[in-house]
Amino acid sequence: MKFLFGKGAQADMTRLAYLYIAPAAVVMAFITFYPMLYGVWMAFTDFGPQHIRHQNPHFVGLANFVAIFSQAKYLDFNFFQVMGFNLLWTLANLVFHVSLGVGLALLLNMEGLRGKRLYRAMLILPWAVPVYVTALVWRNMFDAQSGALNLALKSLGIPGVEWMSHFGTAFFAVLMTNIWLGFPFMMMVASGGLQAIPKDYYEAASLDGASPLTQFWNITVPMLKPTMVPAITLGAIWTFNNFNVIYFVSKGDPFGQTEILVTQAYKLVDPLGMYGVASAFSILIFFILLGLTQLNMRLTRTLEEA
Amino acid sequence: MSDTEVQVAQTAVSQMELTKRIPRAGGSEPSAGSAKLRKLVPIAAAHVILIAMSLFSIFPVWWVIAMALDPNSVSAPSELVLIPKGVSFESFARVIANPTEIEGLSFWTLLWNSVLLSAGTTAIGIALGATAAYAFSRFNFPGRKAGLMSFLVLQMFPAVATIAPLYVLLSALHVRTSLIGLAIAYAAGTLPFAIWNLKGYFDTVPKDLEEAALIDGCSQSQAFIQIILPLAAPALAVTALFGFMTGWTEIVLAWTMLENPKTFTLAMALYGMVGQYSTTKPWSEFAAMSIIISMPVVVVMLLLQRFIVSGLTNGAVKG
Repeated sequence: MKFLFGKGAQADMTRLAYLYIAPAAVVMAFITFYPMLYGVWMAFTDFGPQHIRHQNPHFVGLANFVAIFSQAKYLDFNFFQVMGFNLLWTLANLVFHVSLGVGLALLLNMEGLRGKRLYRAMLILPWAVPVYVTALVWRNMFDAQSGALNLALKSLGIPGVEWMSHFGTAFFAVLMTNIWLGFPFMMMVASGGLQAIPKDYYEAASLDGASPLTQFWNITVPMLKPTMVPAITLGAIWTFNNFNVIYFVSKGDPFGQTEILVTQAYKLVDPLGMYGVASAFSILIFFILLGLTQLNMRLTRTLEEA
Repeated sequence: MSDTEVQVAQTAVSQMELTKRIPRAGGSEPSAGSAKLRKLVPIAAAHVILIAMSLFSIFPVWWVIAMALDPNSVSAPSELVLIPKGVSFESFARVIANPTEIEGLSFWTLLWNSVLLSAGTTAIGIALGATAAYAFSRFNFPGRKAGLMSFLVLQMFPAVATIAPLYVLLSALHVRTSLIGLAIAYAAGTLPFAIWNLKGYFDTVPKDLEEAALIDGCSQSQAFIQIILPLAAPALAVTALFGFMTGWTEIVLAWTMLENPKTFTLAMALYGMVGQYSTTKPWSEFAAMSIIISMPVVVVMLLLQRFIVSGLTNGAVKG
């Protein structure tokens, strides 16, 4: 192109490119970048509800960050505990999503299995329901008086459980909800990956006397990896920030023990109205996620090189 | 791990090995049916697992449908009814006649607001996302890489942090309590995904097609609108669906910004019917409303499933 039209054409191209980007850039500058920078500034102030319309908040330096790390008296959470639960939550979900997803995809890929289409249709149903509705429905499923789970237990003569009153059962509830929600996506991704593996590989391996288990580790796993790694990365970020499930199903109960970072940050906004602390909290979440993403990229790269 | 724990773990492992060995021992016995059996056992086991997981999958959906259709719709269920005695659409009729506890707020107003908000979010997101994605895919210009990376990094900044500033900003622009303000805010939120997803797809469309059109005297914009956009229909559909979903089901920002009940949405009405918040709304009506809200999304998601999964894993992550 440069050779054909010279320097003027390149300048025209750049101008045209900026023209194409301008509308998106303007909207994002106002609605995304400006509030973000404003939020960063808020993190260093005592911004509260009274400052939204009038009054200027006071600059407080790093006080909000110090308050979060040292668990100030007016904060009812321990940052490291919330972060620890957030990591446990992400890891537990990924283990179930990936193992169930890949396992089911392998079963649906079996030769001579009947009813594959019907199974598939039923299994991907949870993925198609809006997350918001799913979360509200599961909240009702775990309702102590009228929830489906306690009613099922009752019909078996077992007394119901106050699901949200104990850490163990509350964690079980949110985990169950999110497993239901997340395994179909991994199954769909894995199914696509499996179909791309040539059948000859397995035939050749069988002729050489490789057991099904050997075939799985030496053919299926390495061939599936390029498809699964991006999906797992995406799943990790989604799960880490899965606001809907925690906020609507457990609400952090009991005593904030099932709170994750984003829901804790939201709690600081509503109902607490501590906008300054919430902003500081969000900056911390941002850096944690950035760190995890970097770590993930480095891990993936070493895995690919190995 | 303490010693006793190790012991317990070891016995558990040896027990597992035992149970595993039993069917294997049976299968290795030389008999006429053994080859057939060796094939049938895994298939049967696969069916057992698939049936169990399918039941897990459909149970909540089944329960909600059963509650919505049960003719003796009680305010809160006291027993588990999975097969109601008879079918009635009365819950749907009642929730449509009276969707909230707010006087004079009709179902159709809520539906119209939801449609308007979703359509607005989709339209703004697609229009801005597609043009920007095209520039990122086809042109080389200063700031290209930085722009793309900044969109990715942006997604890591928690949305809750921007609620308060957004509140101030939209108030100052006098659009905070209107649906258009909310639609712009949603669209901005969906743009990073839209741009990455569409850019990923545009990258797979051969450049020759446009170059031929340019030589034939087409302008770059004509080539974009008449050649690239139609080819990118699957990716556009997926991007549109995500914009639509945001407008259709988001409630946190909506609760914060909107004040006038005349601008409320279906999703907001549903929230008022859940468990502890619901004082007067029966569970059967919650179930009916859940179905009304989910139905259009479920149908479109199932129709577009192939494009969505490939779009997410290829476009959004690998770029």
